[in-house]
This record gives sequence, C-alpha cells and structure tokens, in this order.
Amino acid sequence: MTLAQSVLSGDRLALARLLTLVENNTPEGREALDELFPHAGRAHLVGVTGSPGSGKSSLVNQIALHYRKADSPRRVAIVAVDPTSPFTGGAVLGDRVRMRDLSGDSGVFIRSMATRGSLGGLAQATAGVVQVFDAAGFELVLIETVGAGQAEVDIARLAHTTLVVEAPGMGDEIQAIKAGILEIADILVINKADHPGADNTERALKSMLDLAHPVEKVFRHHGQAMTVSAPEAAHDPALWIPPIVRTVATEGTGVAELVKSISAHAEHLRRSGDWSKRERTRLETELDLMLTQTLAAQFRAQLSESRYDEIVDQLTKRTLSPWEAVKSLMNGNKS
Amino acid sequence: MAERKIRVLVAKPGLDGHDRGAKVVARALRDAGMEVIYTGLRQTPEMIAEAALQEDVDVVGLSVLSGAHMALVPRVLELLKANGQENVKVFIGGIIPDEDMPRLKEMGVTGIYGPGAPTGQIIDDVRAAVQA
Repeated sequence: MTLAQSVLSGDRLALARLLTLVENNTPEGREALDELFPHAGRAHLVGVTGSPGSGKSSLVNQIALHYRKADSPRRVAIVAVDPTSPFTGGAVLGDRVRMRDLSGDSGVFIRSMATRGSLGGLAQATAGVVQVFDAAGFELVLIETVGAGQAEVDIARLAHTTLVVEAPGMGDEIQAIKAGILEIADILVINKADHPGADNTERALKSMLDLAHPVEKVFRHHGQAMTVSAPEAAHDPALWIPPIVRTVATEGTGVAELVKSISAHAEHLRRSGDWSKRERTRLETELDLMLTQTLAAQFRAQLSESRYDEIVDQLTKRTLSPWEAVKSLMNGNKS
Repeated sequence: MAERKIRVLVAKPGLDGHDRGAKVVARALRDAGMEVIYTGLRQTPEMIAEAALQEDVDVVGLSVLSGAHMALVPRVLELLKANGQENVKVFIGGIIPDEDMPRLKEMGVTGIYGPGAPTGQIIDDVRAAVQA
C-alpha cells in the first residue's frame, strides 16, 4: 500500500508522515500529492486571519468545537501557521495552546506549520497540506495564518471563505479604508467584543463596508430629507456583503452566529457559481507559481556556480544592474 | 528546499504550573533552528501523544517539576509506542532525583536535565539523537 493509500484509508500516522513529506517538498511528498489530487476538492476551506493577539487561535478552537458538537458533526482539520525566525530558521509554534479543548477527538486533526521564509501569511507548502487533509476526507479545513498586518493576503487565494478577525482598539477609520487585509474578508469578526471600543470598531468597519457596497440611504441635509440612491450593483442578489459578527472567543459567545455566517457564505458561493470560479483561480495561481519555480530551478541547475558568483560580484561592485544581470544570464552566457 | 527541520514537541504533563524552564528550552531550540511546538500547561500523557502524532515530531521534551515523573513519563513512552512512534526521542527536564534516572533511561528516555543544565548541551544532544 502506498502512503497516499494509507492516508485515504484513514491511517493517522501515515497522514502525519505525509504532511511532513509535503512540508519538506520531497519527491515522495509530491508523488503522493499527485495521487491524492483526484480525491481532493470536496472540503470547505475556511481561512482565519488578523493581527497578532486578536484571538485567531481561540476562535478556531471554538469554530471547530461548534462543528464537532453539531447533530451531524463534520471532520475538522486545522492548519495553524506561525512565523519562522528570519535569523535562525527556527520557530515556536504555539497555536495548539489555545486548542486543548479539541484533544481526544479523533474527528479533529491539528497541524502546526512554520512559514519557512514565506511572506504572505502562509507557508509555501500550506496549499499542499490542505490538499492532503481534503483528500483524507476532512470536510472542513480551518487555516489560521500568522498574525497578519496589512498585506498578508495569500489566504484569500487559498480559502473559499476568509474570516478577518479584528479586536477593539486596533485602529481608526483610516485603517479601515486602506487596501489590503480588510478587502479580502468574506466575514468580519470583532473578537474580544466585551472589551471597550467594540462599538467604535464596528462603526469603522461598517463605514468601510458602506463605501464598498453603497445601499439606498435617506439622510437629512440642512433640514431637508435627501435620498441617495445606490448604484445598480448594490441591488444584485449575487453580491455578498461581508457580515460583521461579534464574538468573545474565550467564552464561545457569538460563535453560533459566526458558524451560521460561514455556512451561509458556502451556500452563497455554490449558488452564485463563485465556488468553482474561486477554485479555478486558485488552481491557476498554483500552476503559475509551480511553473515559475520549476523554470527558475531548471535554469539555475544548468548555470555554473562560478558564473553566478561572478555576476553577483559585479552587482556588489555596481558595474552591473540587476536587470542587466538577468539579461546577461538569460542570453545564454552561462559559462 | 528539501532541508529537513528537526521538529520538537515541548510539553508539560501533570499539574505543576511552572513553565519557565519549558519556555527557556523552547526558545533555545528555536534559536538553534528547530521547529518547536509548544503545548502549554497541564497536559495529560494522552494529549501529549496525540500532539506528537499529529505534528509528526522527531523529539518530545517533557518538563516535570511535580515529582510525578515516574507515573507520567512511562505513560507517554507507552502511548508513543502504541501509536507507532517508538522512534521519537524523549527528553526530560525538571526535578528528577538521581536514583530515578537509571530506570527512566532503561525505559527509553534519551536525556535528563536538571536546573542549570546548559541549553547548548541540550541542543547538541537533541541533534545527535535525531541524526542517530
């Protein structure tokens, strides 16, 4: 039996071993991914992102618990990503600390991953790890990104549904209209909603949503009622307007409503055809990335080390610009 | 890219609530380039074995200051074996009386460290054990 077959038959140790092989980008890992690919594509992939300390891990714990306690519990996999040190290559992966409620449940599998130099909030191998879980029959895969700032938006390409978690007191309305992380939210979560400032956070997020999705409004201007009609798109039922959900993850408050929003979003994606559209975009991005990496690796392999060093020397002396260096290397001057 | 990282689970089984030592070791192993999965306080042997399996670690480090090591450590070893992870190396830190050490080693514990043990030694021993 191949490792992939053992994984399909439900062997948890085989699953754990395969995840390591995939993470280390080994030939065996890639072979198994090929074998598992036809079995994947069924799971609902839910991303959870937000700044460090906003409560992502606690929320993931609660969401998973909720799905496990449902009448027809779904099998839940959790991929928790934490940063790798840029200096030593080491990492402390601490997301499990918040997920102890889930231990002892064989319908849950938690795997911690380090970013290993990747900058978009996920690790390079996260997509592969998610694919393995999907093929192994986990119906829900929760993907927790590193504590993300403003631009770690890779998760939106990988997940079907992206939750952006905010905590009160993290910024004003200007933060809310900046491009980046808030734009990728399918669901906005205000966690720690029992803290002061939750109302302000909600107001800021609402005003951002209003700018993005205008609806018809009546307001008073110098004592006169004025109606501002919304553009056509706002009436489109196919449009998903991100709901704002308040939670207190440590107590489980608001989690039922959050889970309802997650299911509603999955339902929306299937109805509108966006599910397959997202799937297509994701596969295309992955293909692009692999193609780029393979070509680059192939190119480097046929390049002599000394020639490469020589070019780098010229760069440091500034006798060659990086673009000139690329041109020179591409022009077959490889000796 | 196919470089193999050493993955270590650092866990505190049992009921004592002092995790400073575990955190110091976790940090030291991190600075040595390893990936350390930290589980937090008050873990049962079952929780530790389950985490070790899911994370496919090479090494499990247990910190015990409660005196219950002769109950907790063998149980963890037994569960690792039952899960097919008999190759995982187990290290212990904490307050372990000298007279218990030979028996723990016999059971399959790779290294035992008390207060003041140099972290450099722990790092070297972990590396050596994984490469063996």
